[in-house]
Order: sequence, then C-alpha cells, then structure tokens
Amino acid sequence: MNKPLPPSLPDPWPSTRRAWLAGVSGLVGGAALSGLAGAAQAAAAQPPLLRTIPSSGERLPVVGLGSWITFNVGQDAAGLAASVEVVRAFLAGGGRVIDSSPMYGSAQATIGYALAALGRPPAVWSADKVWDGDPARGAAQMDTSRQRWGVDRFDLMQVHNLLGWQAHLPRLFELKAAGRLRHVGITTSEGRRHAEFEQIMRSQPLDFVQISYNLLDREVEQRILPLARERGIAVVVNRPFRQGALLQQLARHPLPGWARELGCSHWAQVALKFVVSHPDVTCAIPATTRVAHVQQNLAAGRGPMPDAALRARMARDVAAL
Amino acid sequence: MDEWWTYRPADLLMFSPAIYWRLFESLNRVAWPLAAVLGLVALWAGQRRWRSGQPGGPGSARFALVLMAGCWLFVAWAFFWQRLAPIYPAAPVLAALFAVQAAGWALLAASPGLRWAPRSRRTDIGLLLAAWALVGQPALALVAGRPGWQAEWFGLAPDPTALGSLGLLLMLDVSRQGAARVLGRALWAGPLLWCAATSLSLWTMGEPQALVVLALGLLALGAGALRPR
Repeated sequence: MNKPLPPSLPDPWPSTRRAWLAGVSGLVGGAALSGLAGAAQAAAAQPPLLRTIPSSGERLPVVGLGSWITFNVGQDAAGLAASVEVVRAFLAGGGRVIDSSPMYGSAQATIGYALAALGRPPAVWSADKVWDGDPARGAAQMDTSRQRWGVDRFDLMQVHNLLGWQAHLPRLFELKAAGRLRHVGITTSEGRRHAEFEQIMRSQPLDFVQISYNLLDREVEQRILPLARERGIAVVVNRPFRQGALLQQLARHPLPGWARELGCSHWAQVALKFVVSHPDVTCAIPATTRVAHVQQNLAAGRGPMPDAALRARMARDVAAL
Repeated sequence: MDEWWTYRPADLLMFSPAIYWRLFESLNRVAWPLAAVLGLVALWAGQRRWRSGQPGGPGSARFALVLMAGCWLFVAWAFFWQRLAPIYPAAPVLAALFAVQAAGWALLAASPGLRWAPRSRRTDIGLLLAAWALVGQPALALVAGRPGWQAEWFGLAPDPTALGSLGLLLMLDVSRQGAARVLGRALWAGPLLWCAATSLSLWTMGEPQALVVLALGLLALGAGALRPR
C-alpha cells in the first residue's frame, strides 16, 4: 500500500515560477499546461542540456552512462547483447559520457564490445579510472583499460577512490601534457574521505572530480560543489539513484505535483533532474541494463529544470517520505 | 580501495542477480550429463543401503570421498575459475580454496580408520542434507521462478556441493584414528565457511534462498556437535 504523501506534496505549483529552461526556451508553459504525456514528449523534442568543462571549454550533455554492475556481464551473450543496445540507445539519444573502472569486473571489456559492435562511434566521451596503489602497475592498468575500450586515449582518467593519488596524479598530468589523455580527475563515493578530497581539489590542477550526490545524500552541497565552482573543476556525479535503492524507496509513492511541471514521468527523472540541475554539476552517470531506462534518463537531461527553490522543496519533500 | 570498514556488503556486490544465475545456465548447458551421473550414483548408493540395511564398508566411504574431491575440483575449475572470475576478481581465490578442500577430501579418502557411522540422529540429518543437495537445492530455481537451466546442481554449483559435503561428513565416522580424525574435523571448515559466505552474498542480492542455505549450514553445525554412535 502506498504511504500517503505529506500534505505539502500534491499542492499544485503556480505555473512557471518554479521552473526554468536551462538554456532552452519556449517549453515551460507548454509543459505545465499540457499534462504529463505532453510534457514528456515536448521534453524529448528538446536538445539535451549541456554543461561546460571549465578547464577545456568543452560542452557535455548532463546525463551520462555508468557501468558499475550493469556492464559486468562476463561472457554472458544476453548480457553483452543488452549492453550493446543500451549503448546504442544512449548514443542515439544524444548521450556522450560513458564511465567505467578496472574495478568493475568485465565492464570495460563490455563497453569495448559495444563500441566495436556500433562501429566505434566518435561521439563517445570516454571516462575511466586508475585503481592500483602501485604507480608502475597503474600505468600498465591504464594501457589495459584503453585496449579493452578500444580507444586511442581517454577523455578523462580519474584516480579511483583516491587510491595512490600522490603517485598517480603527477603521472596523469604528464600524460595530459603529452596529449595522451585529455582531462584528469579524482573520485570518491558515498561521502568517503571528503576532507582529503577537498585538500586535493585545493592543491592540484584537476579538471574533474567525481562524487556521490542525490536527493538524500547532499553533503557535497556544503563544501565540495562550491569548491569545484571556485576552482573551475567539472563535477561528475555517481550514484544519483543510490544504486537503485532510492528509486525502490520512492516507487511506493505517487509522483508529486511538481514532477508534472518538470515533465517527469518517473521518479528516476525526478531524481536525475534534481542532480543535474545543480549549477555546479557537469554530468551524472546513472547505470542501467535497460534501453527504456536509458531513454528515461536521457529525457531527464532535457526540458524544464527546477530552480533553487524547487530543488530545495524536492529534497525536503523526498526526505519526508 | 581504502577504508574497507566503511563498505557494506551491497557496495561489494559487483554483478547483478540475473548475471549470477545465468552463470549456472552456462555451466548446466555444458555439464548437465555430469549432474545426471552424480544423481544416478547417489540413487544407486541409496537403494543399496536401503536394501541391505547396512551403511556399507570402508570402500564405499572412500569412493564417496573421492567423488566429493572430484566435485569440489570441478566446481573450482568450471564455476569459479571459468565462469565467475571474469565478473568477480576474488573468484580465483575461491577456486584455489575449493581446490585445497578437494585435496583434503582425497587425503581423507586415503586415510586409515575410515567408516560409515551407524544410523543415528546425526546420520539421519546427514542423509537429509545429502538429499537436499541432490534434489531440494536444484528445485529452488523453479520455486524462485528462474528457468530450470539455471538450477544449482550438486557437483556443479558450489552451494549444493557444500551442503552435500556437510551431509557426507555427518554420515561418516572419523573419530577413531589420528590422521582421519584431524582431517575429518578440518574438512568441516570449507563447506561451513562457504555456507556463511554464500548466504551473505545471496542476501545482498535480495535472494530469499540465502536463509535456506544458512539454516541448513547451521543445522549441519548443530548435528556435527552430536557424537557418532
């Protein structure tokens, strides 16, 4: 049985005051007036919201594709075939950033398989990680990762969970200077080692950081996101759905009234719009095994986005569920 | 990865349940005759014991242990090494541990002083566990709504192999001779630890059969505390 929403949730929001177009004009009024289906269709017709990487000026769609668990399919033929379709749908829908790690089992090989099957599409923006405390082994690991993906160089190489960052970062900056990779970053997840993370953000010329951020885990709003803005560092967000647990929790509840204004047809889109509408977030990387979910996720990167006041209400209302 | 203590079991689960269960499908499609042969051998041994009313001599106990060694070795190679390793970096370690356990079964088979225990509550529970490993555990796939090809068969999949091993240990009497006694006790460790590990993994995957494996492991542990007659 659905748990009733707090009294404030179904309150219809006064039209366009709570929504903004994030660079896309002419949609908000239509979305608010024509109902959910119309809003979703209208959103799908819009170009994806792009964000600029401060250090390079390159612009990326705000919805990317993660690969933790979902692409770790080994030799499973059905899993590999499904992954090809997910990547195909992702790219067809205007997605670009695909993120992986040598820690993710066979995910890198699966991505390489999909990219080969799709004829090495040039739109792919490759983000991977180095995950080894030994810098010598880390270099070999990055080469292996590149071979598994089947790319000449990575667009982004991140130090996974800060493992051995003192040794890895100088090497990554050298590789960047030599043109053998394009951006350098560090990652953490679920709020781990944020103090050290901040110290590295202050002391190193990073292009990217990757952090966990979602409707319930918002610690990064206090220090890390403002610091990223101050230092000109792009931000990739992992676990926007708390690895699916957030959506399972929310699925018991009907969509609130304000979701209609945003053109959201599913809680996943609500959760994703919350993340990518933060002005300091460059890209979120939800992972999935299903084409329908990819399309749903990509739709969240288009159309009306919540402003700061609506974002605050979204977080408050979801926390109260 | 630092700060291991901050990670929950769910953070360490690297694959989806669908992919995990399809590993068994991949294995069964290749090795189903082995499961069938093991089932027929078990049926033959069971009817022989039922007709004679006797548990059998040391020779049949050695045969059962050699068979068990082969099963653990096959699981190490065909499941952990060949199928799980591509999606789970710790699988080679598990393969090595299963191979060590297989060597232990072979050593016990060669040890003097080996015999079947006379019938008791302990051996009855052992028989129950063996029957579960052969029939009950594979049936869980159908109960859970998975395709029959994804069933876990004794001798091919680790869970029923571990549960069947516990059943065998309960039916043996290794309490009299030094080497067999030590080995017989040490060999409890592998299947019991596996029952604990697989229960945690299955629970993390949201699979209710985690409780079945855990309960049967605990039942074996409790029965193991009973003295053979």
